[in-house]
Amino acid sequence: MSHYSLANLVRHGLTGHRGWKPAWRDPAPQAGYDAIIVGGGGHGLASAYYLAKNHGLNNIAVLEKGWLGGGNTGRNTTIVRSNYLLDANAHFYEHGMKLWEGLSRDLNFNVMFSQRGVINLAHSKGQLETFRRRGNAMRLNGIDAELLDRDAVATLVPGMDVSANSRFPVEGGLLQPRGGTARHDAVAWGYARAADRRGVDIIQNCEVTGIRRDQSGVTGVETSRGFIASKRIGLAVAGHSTQLAAMAGLRLPIESHVLQAMVSEPVKPVLDTVVTFGAAHLYVSQSDKGELVMGGDIDGYNSFAQRGNLPVIEHVAACLLALFPQFSRLRILRTWGGIMDMTMDGSPIIGTTPVPGLFLNGGWCYGGFKATPASGWVFAHTMATGQPHALNADLNLNRFHQGRVLDEKGAGPYPWLH
Amino acid sequence: MLLIPCPHCGPRAQTEFSYGGDANVARPPAPEDADGGTWVDYLYLRDNAKGGHDELWQHIFGCRRWLRVGRDVVSHEITSCTELAESGA
Ligand SMILES: Cc1cc2nc3c(=O)[nH]c(=O)nc-3n(C[C@H](O)[C@H](O)[C@H](O)COP(=O)(O)OP(=O)(O)OC[C@H]3O[C@@H](n4cnc5c(N)ncnc54)[C@H](O)[C@@H]3O)c2cc1C
Ligand SMILES: [Zn+2]
Repeated sequence: MSHYSLANLVRHGLTGHRGWKPAWRDPAPQAGYDAIIVGGGGHGLASAYYLAKNHGLNNIAVLEKGWLGGGNTGRNTTIVRSNYLLDANAHFYEHGMKLWEGLSRDLNFNVMFSQRGVINLAHSKGQLETFRRRGNAMRLNGIDAELLDRDAVATLVPGMDVSANSRFPVEGGLLQPRGGTARHDAVAWGYARAADRRGVDIIQNCEVTGIRRDQSGVTGVETSRGFIASKRIGLAVAGHSTQLAAMAGLRLPIESHVLQAMVSEPVKPVLDTVVTFGAAHLYVSQSDKGELVMGGDIDGYNSFAQRGNLPVIEHVAACLLALFPQFSRLRILRTWGGIMDMTMDGSPIIGTTPVPGLFLNGGWCYGGFKATPASGWVFAHTMATGQPHALNADLNLNRFHQGRVLDEKGAGPYPWLH
Repeated sequence: MLLIPCPHCGPRAQTEFSYGGDANVARPPAPEDADGGTWVDYLYLRDNAKGGHDELWQHIFGCRRWLRVGRDVVSHEITSCTELAESGA
């Protein structure tokens, strides 16, 4: 498994690139491990990587029912940002942002992190004032934020209609210059390869169907490839957290909902930043291939179907044209959906559970891709030490029992409204 | 598109309705005696079934009645739709 470098590229080039080895092994499951992580998305793989790298554990398995990154990691619109209001979220996501900034080098894998900036549009004086408040909170937490007036928005996004006659005239915006996008598959593959190189067993086509426990805590998992023993089990299964937790007798403050995304046909470069239009719900950026990548709201009712419905697609397209009328003749190329854990306060749940040895990494709602490095970092700490890291202490499951919910929008316990 | 068979208005598109969530969440019968755990159960914990789900929808662009809909959350098949007031819940 050779290092990826210019020298190796040239060396393999001389032999027609026939010498490259698979980026990770395909081991059969062992009888038991020091730690098992269920779910081979970005979060599970990052957790395994940091368990090995930061905590010296290497007798670890990641169990994935399908293929690596086939869940939400490979379905999201890849926006990375840390522009949160509440301290607990701000510190956690900002730690993630710092990890993103060195990730390609750390993993020796190009995750194509592109800090092209994320702009939240404001369409009224009132909305701009709430952005000012959030921007100030971010700056107090050491995070970059810039309040933009209408002209500044027009300069940064020249193709957008900011005229007074537009359907939703733009008043200004909040910019996080260090925000941007990354290549989603590369994040899964990069962490997988780096974890594998540290001895982690990555086992695909291995579905967890049960969790065994005794008086002292968990003892292992039943899987489609047999029983695998471990006294330390971490769940990182995105939209299926409630299903897995139920196997250990736990109910969670989570509902599963479908979020859709879509891309247009590819065009020449037209948009070099990420624009989010929260008033009506659209976020759009342009991929390196030239496609406009778009998403909006969740469909809004409980769903475990990895596909969505047309009304949301139509709504997203309408929002796009309200901002960029010139895209009216672009065709939508593909649409898809992913099942997400929507929590009762809209913030993630990452930490310990009432079942000894069982740890939960879920409830990522719309925003878990950007959290991948930070999530892996703190989840590894939690699994290795049995205690939450300072950065996820406030994100623990028990916050619901202690009345410390983290509701950025103040929307209340209605998961479909977050 | 979900086609919801409103008992008053007939089959209508989902865009005429507003979602109200799990229909089996019941407020503690004696709120003044309910302990913290009971409130957490009521406010936050859900079964989140992967399969049949009883849920509330309000026909906001129709008769404005609250309906109790049985729907499979994997296939989206709607198996029942009754007036909430008559369902006894
Ligand atoms: C359409 C869409 C757009 C999004 N856009 C953004 C965005 O722009 N920015 C952002 O930050 N976030 C975004 N998100 C959210 C983000 O994608 C997720 O929060 C994040 O990728 C979750 O990563 P994960 O590793 O937890 O989950 P996943 O990648 O879904 O991994 C979980 C894995 O667990 C596996 N699994 C499930 N059950 C079992 C079982 N019983 N046994 C074994 N394995 C199992 C699944 O097969 C899956 O591979 C978006 C999500 C969607 C759906
Ligand atoms: Zn009706």
